[in-house]
Amino acid sequence: MTDFFQDAPLRVAGREFASRLLVGTGKYRDMDETGEAIAASGTEVVTFAVRRTNLGQDAAAANLLDVVPPERYTLLPNTAGCYTAQDAVRTCRLARELLDGHNLVKLEVLGDDTTLYPNVVETLAAAETLINDGFDVMVYTSDDPIVARELERLGCCAVMPLGSLIGSGHGIQNPHNIRLIIEQASVPVLVDAGIGAASEAAQAMELGCDGVLMNSAIAHARQPVRMAGAMRRAVEAGREAFLAGRMPRRGGAEASSPLAGRINA
Amino acid sequence: MQIQLNGEARTLEADASVAQLVELLGLTGRRIAVEVNEEIVPRSVHDETRLAADDRVEIVHAIGGG
Repeated sequence: MTDFFQDAPLRVAGREFASRLLVGTGKYRDMDETGEAIAASGTEVVTFAVRRTNLGQDAAAANLLDVVPPERYTLLPNTAGCYTAQDAVRTCRLARELLDGHNLVKLEVLGDDTTLYPNVVETLAAAETLINDGFDVMVYTSDDPIVARELERLGCCAVMPLGSLIGSGHGIQNPHNIRLIIEQASVPVLVDAGIGAASEAAQAMELGCDGVLMNSAIAHARQPVRMAGAMRRAVEAGREAFLAGRMPRRGGAEASSPLAGRINA
Repeated sequence: MQIQLNGEARTLEADASVAQLVELLGLTGRRIAVEVNEEIVPRSVHDETRLAADDRVEIVHAIGGG
Protein backbone atom coordinates (compact mmCIF):
# COMPACT_ATOMS: atom_id res chain seq x y z
CA MET A 1 0.00 0.00 0.00
CA THR A 2 1.25 3.43 -0.81
CA ASP A 3 1.04 6.48 1.41
CA PHE A 4 1.68 8.85 -1.44
CA PHE A 5 -0.45 9.53 -4.45
CA GLN A 6 0.50 11.41 -7.54
CA ASP A 7 -0.03 15.17 -7.57
CA ALA A 8 0.92 17.67 -10.23
CA PRO A 9 3.49 20.24 -9.19
CA LEU A 10 2.49 23.83 -8.50
CA ARG A 11 3.16 25.68 -11.76
CA VAL A 12 3.78 29.41 -11.68
CA ALA A 13 4.93 31.22 -14.81
CA GLY A 14 6.66 28.15 -16.23
CA ARG A 15 8.34 27.23 -12.95
CA GLU A 16 7.41 24.04 -11.09
CA PHE A 17 7.35 23.44 -7.35
CA ALA A 18 6.63 20.26 -5.40
CA SER A 19 5.94 22.26 -2.23
CA ARG A 20 2.79 24.37 -2.09
CA LEU A 21 3.90 26.34 0.95
CA LEU A 22 5.56 29.68 0.28
CA VAL A 23 7.12 31.55 3.19
CA GLY A 24 8.28 34.98 4.20
CA THR A 25 11.55 35.84 5.93
CA GLY A 26 10.46 38.59 8.32
CA LYS A 27 10.08 38.73 12.11
CA TYR A 28 12.52 35.93 13.02
CA ARG A 29 14.80 36.28 16.02
CA ASP A 30 17.95 36.06 13.93
CA MET A 31 19.36 34.74 10.67
CA ASP A 32 19.97 31.26 12.09
CA GLU A 33 16.34 30.87 13.08
CA THR A 34 15.26 32.25 9.70
CA GLY A 35 17.32 29.65 7.85
CA GLU A 36 16.28 26.75 10.08
CA ALA A 37 12.56 27.55 9.94
CA ILE A 38 12.62 27.95 6.18
CA ALA A 39 14.42 24.64 5.76
CA ALA A 40 11.90 22.92 8.08
CA SER A 41 8.97 24.32 6.11
CA GLY A 42 10.08 22.40 3.03
CA THR A 43 9.36 25.48 0.95
CA GLU A 44 10.91 26.15 -2.42
CA VAL A 45 9.77 29.77 -2.73
CA VAL A 46 10.90 32.41 -0.27
CA THR A 47 9.79 36.03 -0.25
CA PHE A 48 11.84 38.95 1.05
CA ALA A 49 11.75 42.74 1.16
CA VAL A 50 14.02 45.30 -0.48
CA ARG A 51 15.32 48.12 1.70
CA ARG A 52 18.02 50.76 1.79
CA THR A 53 21.35 49.30 2.82
CA ASN A 54 22.44 50.56 6.23
CA LEU A 55 25.60 52.39 5.36
CA GLY A 56 28.45 52.21 7.75
CA GLN A 57 27.08 48.94 9.13
CA ASP A 58 29.48 46.07 9.53
CA ALA A 59 29.95 44.88 5.98
CA ALA A 60 30.53 41.33 7.21
CA ALA A 61 27.12 41.15 8.94
CA ALA A 62 25.01 38.16 7.94
CA ASN A 63 23.03 38.80 4.80
CA LEU A 64 19.59 37.29 4.28
CA LEU A 65 20.70 35.81 0.97
CA ASP A 66 23.38 33.86 2.84
CA VAL A 67 20.73 31.85 4.75
CA VAL A 68 18.31 31.63 1.81
CA PRO A 69 20.71 31.23 -1.10
CA PRO A 70 19.29 31.83 -4.58
CA GLU A 71 20.91 28.56 -5.69
CA ARG A 72 18.66 26.62 -3.32
CA TYR A 73 15.41 28.61 -3.26
CA THR A 74 13.35 30.49 -5.79
CA LEU A 75 13.47 34.00 -4.43
CA LEU A 76 10.37 36.13 -4.55
CA PRO A 77 11.16 39.78 -3.88
CA ASN A 78 8.12 41.67 -2.63
CA THR A 79 7.00 45.27 -2.62
CA ALA A 80 5.91 45.30 1.03
CA GLY A 81 5.74 48.83 2.34
CA CYS A 82 4.85 50.37 -1.02
CA TYR A 83 1.76 52.58 -1.10
CA THR A 84 1.88 53.68 -4.74
CA ALA A 85 2.20 51.86 -8.05
CA GLN A 86 5.27 53.95 -8.80
CA ASP A 87 7.12 52.85 -5.66
CA ALA A 88 6.17 49.22 -6.25
CA VAL A 89 7.47 49.30 -9.83
CA ARG A 90 10.72 50.96 -8.70
CA THR A 91 11.16 48.32 -6.00
CA CYS A 92 10.64 45.48 -8.48
CA ARG A 93 13.21 46.93 -10.85
CA LEU A 94 15.71 47.21 -8.00
CA ALA A 95 14.97 43.62 -7.04
CA ARG A 96 15.54 42.43 -10.59
CA GLU A 97 18.95 44.12 -10.58
CA LEU A 98 19.68 42.69 -7.14
CA LEU A 99 18.98 39.16 -8.40
CA ASP A 100 20.74 39.49 -11.77
CA GLY A 101 17.66 39.65 -13.95
CA HIS A 102 15.34 37.29 -12.01
CA ASN A 103 11.87 38.51 -12.98
CA LEU A 104 9.43 36.77 -10.60
CA VAL A 105 8.01 39.21 -8.04
CA LYS A 106 5.32 39.45 -5.42
CA LEU A 107 3.42 42.69 -5.98
CA GLU A 108 1.67 44.26 -3.05
CA VAL A 109 0.53 47.85 -2.90
CA LEU A 110 -0.95 48.80 0.42
CA GLY A 111 -3.74 51.21 1.23
CA ASP A 112 -2.85 52.37 4.72
CA ASP A 113 -0.58 51.39 7.56
CA THR A 114 -3.23 50.39 10.09
CA THR A 115 -4.94 47.74 7.96
CA LEU A 116 -2.20 47.05 5.38
CA TYR A 117 -5.19 46.34 3.17
CA PRO A 118 -4.33 46.25 -0.54
CA ASN A 119 -5.01 49.36 -2.59
CA VAL A 120 -6.46 47.61 -5.61
CA VAL A 121 -6.43 50.69 -7.85
CA GLU A 122 -2.67 51.12 -7.42
CA THR A 123 -2.16 47.34 -7.55
CA LEU A 124 -3.88 47.10 -10.95
CA ALA A 125 -1.80 49.99 -12.31
CA ALA A 126 1.46 48.52 -11.02
CA ALA A 127 0.61 45.04 -12.35
CA GLU A 128 0.07 46.41 -15.84
CA THR A 129 3.35 48.35 -15.88
CA LEU A 130 5.34 45.41 -14.49
CA ILE A 131 3.89 42.88 -16.92
CA ASN A 132 4.67 45.21 -19.84
CA ASP A 133 8.21 45.45 -18.47
CA GLY A 134 8.64 41.66 -18.57
CA PHE A 135 8.00 40.74 -14.94
CA ASP A 136 6.15 37.61 -13.81
CA VAL A 137 3.78 39.05 -11.25
CA MET A 138 2.31 37.10 -8.32
CA VAL A 139 -0.13 39.60 -6.91
CA TYR A 140 -1.39 40.15 -3.38
CA THR A 141 -4.96 41.39 -3.44
CA SER A 142 -8.23 41.57 -1.57
CA ASP A 143 -10.64 38.62 -1.65
CA ASP A 144 -12.78 40.42 -4.24
CA PRO A 145 -13.43 37.98 -7.13
CA ILE A 146 -13.88 40.79 -9.67
CA VAL A 147 -10.52 42.35 -8.84
CA ALA A 148 -8.91 38.89 -8.94
CA ARG A 149 -10.36 38.37 -12.41
CA GLU A 150 -9.05 41.75 -13.62
CA LEU A 151 -5.56 40.98 -12.29
CA GLU A 152 -5.58 37.68 -14.13
CA ARG A 153 -6.81 39.41 -17.32
CA LEU A 154 -3.87 41.82 -17.10
CA GLY A 155 -1.54 38.82 -17.11
CA CYS A 156 -0.62 38.19 -13.47
CA CYS A 157 0.83 34.68 -13.15
CA ALA A 158 -0.76 34.01 -9.74
CA VAL A 159 -3.51 35.68 -7.76
CA MET A 160 -3.01 35.83 -4.00
CA PRO A 161 -6.05 37.00 -2.04
CA LEU A 162 -5.76 37.69 1.67
CA GLY A 163 -7.35 35.31 4.15
CA SER A 164 -7.49 38.20 6.63
CA LEU A 165 -5.29 41.20 7.43
CA ILE A 166 -1.51 40.80 7.14
CA GLY A 167 -0.01 39.57 10.40
CA SER A 168 -3.42 39.29 12.09
CA GLY A 169 -3.60 35.49 12.33
CA HIS A 170 -7.38 35.67 11.87
CA GLY A 171 -7.43 32.88 9.31
CA ILE A 172 -9.73 32.86 6.30
CA GLN A 173 -12.50 35.34 7.00
CA ASN A 174 -14.43 34.76 3.80
CA PRO A 175 -13.94 31.24 2.49
CA HIS A 176 -16.84 31.71 0.05
CA ASN A 177 -14.99 34.51 -1.74
CA ILE A 178 -11.81 32.45 -1.87
CA ARG A 179 -13.79 29.63 -3.44
CA LEU A 180 -15.34 32.01 -6.00
CA ILE A 181 -11.88 33.24 -6.94
CA ILE A 182 -10.59 29.68 -7.31
CA GLU A 183 -13.55 28.56 -9.42
CA GLN A 184 -13.09 31.27 -12.02
CA ALA A 185 -9.28 31.42 -12.12
CA SER A 186 -7.06 29.72 -14.66
CA VAL A 187 -3.85 30.85 -12.91
CA PRO A 188 -2.80 29.56 -9.47
CA VAL A 189 -4.64 31.02 -6.49
CA LEU A 190 -2.73 31.24 -3.20
CA VAL A 191 -3.98 32.55 0.11
CA ASP A 192 -1.46 35.16 1.19
CA ALA A 193 -1.85 36.76 4.62
CA GLY A 194 -3.94 36.02 7.64
CA ILE A 195 -3.10 32.37 8.25
CA GLY A 196 -2.43 31.84 11.96
CA ALA A 197 -2.95 28.13 12.61
CA ALA A 198 -2.06 24.92 10.82
CA SER A 199 -5.78 24.12 10.53
CA GLU A 200 -6.27 27.36 8.60
CA ALA A 201 -3.49 26.49 6.18
CA ALA A 202 -5.16 23.11 5.66
CA GLN A 203 -8.50 24.86 5.19
CA ALA A 204 -7.07 27.04 2.42
CA MET A 205 -5.85 23.95 0.61
CA GLU A 206 -9.13 22.08 1.18
CA LEU A 207 -10.94 24.99 -0.45
CA GLY A 208 -8.86 24.23 -3.53
CA CYS A 209 -6.13 26.84 -3.28
CA ASP A 210 -3.00 26.00 -5.22
CA GLY A 211 -0.80 27.13 -2.38
CA VAL A 212 -0.44 29.21 0.77
CA LEU A 213 1.99 32.00 1.58
CA MET A 214 2.68 32.81 5.22
CA ASN A 215 5.22 34.50 7.45
CA SER A 216 3.97 35.47 10.91
CA ALA A 217 2.23 32.15 11.57
CA ILE A 218 5.65 30.54 11.59
CA ALA A 219 7.90 33.38 12.75
CA HIS A 220 5.67 34.36 15.69
CA ALA A 221 4.97 30.82 16.89
CA ARG A 222 6.51 29.96 20.26
CA GLN A 223 8.74 27.49 18.44
CA PRO A 224 9.06 28.73 14.87
CA VAL A 225 11.11 25.82 13.51
CA ARG A 226 8.63 23.31 14.90
CA MET A 227 5.69 25.31 13.53
CA ALA A 228 7.35 25.42 10.13
CA GLY A 229 7.21 21.61 10.05
CA ALA A 230 3.58 21.66 11.20
CA MET A 231 2.67 24.05 8.41
CA ARG A 232 4.43 21.89 5.86
CA ARG A 233 2.32 18.92 6.88
CA ALA A 234 -0.88 20.98 7.16
CA VAL A 235 -0.51 22.22 3.59
CA GLU A 236 0.21 18.68 2.40
CA ALA A 237 -2.77 17.27 4.34
CA GLY A 238 -5.09 19.98 3.04
CA ARG A 239 -3.95 19.38 -0.52
CA GLU A 240 -4.39 15.61 -0.24
CA ALA A 241 -7.83 16.09 1.33
CA PHE A 242 -8.86 18.41 -1.49
CA LEU A 243 -7.74 15.90 -4.11
CA ALA A 244 -9.40 12.99 -2.25
CA GLY A 245 -12.71 14.88 -2.07
CA ARG A 246 -14.53 15.22 1.22
CA MET A 247 -17.70 13.27 2.06
CA PRO A 248 -21.01 15.00 1.46
CA ARG A 249 -22.63 16.79 4.39
CA ARG A 250 -25.89 15.16 5.59
CA GLY A 251 -28.84 16.52 7.50
CA GLY A 252 -28.94 13.66 9.99
CA ALA A 253 -26.82 10.87 11.40
CA GLU A 254 -25.83 7.84 9.39
CA ALA A 255 -24.44 4.86 11.28
CA SER A 256 -21.06 3.59 10.25
CA SER A 257 -21.79 0.05 11.53
CA PRO A 258 -24.34 -2.17 9.74
CA LEU A 259 -27.80 -2.48 11.25
CA ALA A 260 -28.09 -6.18 10.28
CA GLY A 261 -26.92 -8.82 12.75
CA ARG A 262 -27.39 -6.83 15.93
CA ILE A 263 -27.86 -9.18 18.95
CA ASN A 264 -31.13 -7.53 19.94
CA ALA A 265 -32.66 -7.69 16.44
CA MET B 1 30.51 67.49 -4.77
CA GLN B 2 27.46 66.61 -2.79
CA ILE B 3 25.01 63.81 -3.57
CA GLN B 4 21.95 62.39 -1.82
CA LEU B 5 22.76 58.85 -0.72
CA ASN B 6 19.86 56.80 0.67
CA GLY B 7 18.14 60.05 1.55
CA GLU B 8 21.11 61.70 3.25
CA ALA B 9 23.60 64.28 2.02
CA ARG B 10 27.07 62.95 1.35
CA THR B 11 30.21 64.61 0.05
CA LEU B 12 32.07 62.79 -2.66
CA GLU B 13 35.09 63.44 -4.83
CA ALA B 14 34.05 65.15 -8.08
CA ASP B 15 33.49 62.76 -10.97
CA ALA B 16 33.44 59.65 -8.76
CA SER B 17 32.02 56.54 -10.38
CA VAL B 18 29.29 54.32 -8.96
CA ALA B 19 31.91 51.59 -8.50
CA GLN B 20 34.09 53.97 -6.47
CA LEU B 21 31.16 54.92 -4.25
CA VAL B 22 30.32 51.24 -3.69
CA GLU B 23 33.94 50.53 -2.80
CA LEU B 24 34.11 53.53 -0.46
CA LEU B 25 31.12 52.09 1.39
CA GLY B 26 32.74 48.66 1.70
CA LEU B 27 30.01 47.09 -0.41
CA THR B 28 32.05 45.76 -3.31
CA GLY B 29 30.97 42.22 -4.11
CA ARG B 30 27.92 42.44 -1.82
CA ARG B 31 24.46 41.67 -3.13
CA ILE B 32 23.15 45.19 -3.65
CA ALA B 33 21.33 47.15 -6.33
CA VAL B 34 22.02 50.76 -7.24
CA GLU B 35 19.64 53.37 -8.58
CA VAL B 36 20.66 56.90 -9.61
CA ASN B 37 17.90 59.47 -10.07
CA GLU B 38 15.34 56.67 -10.11
CA GLU B 39 17.06 54.77 -12.90
CA ILE B 40 18.70 51.38 -12.27
CA VAL B 41 22.45 51.34 -12.81
CA PRO B 42 23.25 47.73 -13.76
CA ARG B 43 26.24 46.16 -12.03
CA SER B 44 27.95 45.77 -15.41
CA VAL B 45 28.24 49.55 -15.82
CA HIS B 46 29.14 50.62 -12.25
CA ASP B 47 32.72 51.30 -13.38
CA GLU B 48 31.88 53.59 -16.24
CA THR B 49 28.92 55.42 -14.64
CA ARG B 50 30.05 58.80 -13.27
CA LEU B 51 28.07 60.54 -10.58
CA ALA B 52 27.22 64.25 -10.75
CA ALA B 53 26.46 66.81 -8.07
CA ASP B 54 22.96 66.50 -6.60
CA ASP B 55 22.49 62.96 -7.92
CA ARG B 56 20.03 60.97 -5.84
CA VAL B 57 21.57 57.56 -5.23
CA GLU B 58 19.80 54.62 -3.66
CA ILE B 59 21.62 51.46 -2.61
CA VAL B 60 19.37 48.59 -1.52
CA HIS B 61 19.67 45.01 -0.41
CA ALA B 62 17.47 42.06 0.58
CA ILE B 63 16.06 41.92 4.10
CA GLY B 64 13.56 39.70 5.90
CA GLY B 65 9.96 40.36 5.00
CA GLY B 66 6.68 38.65 4.19
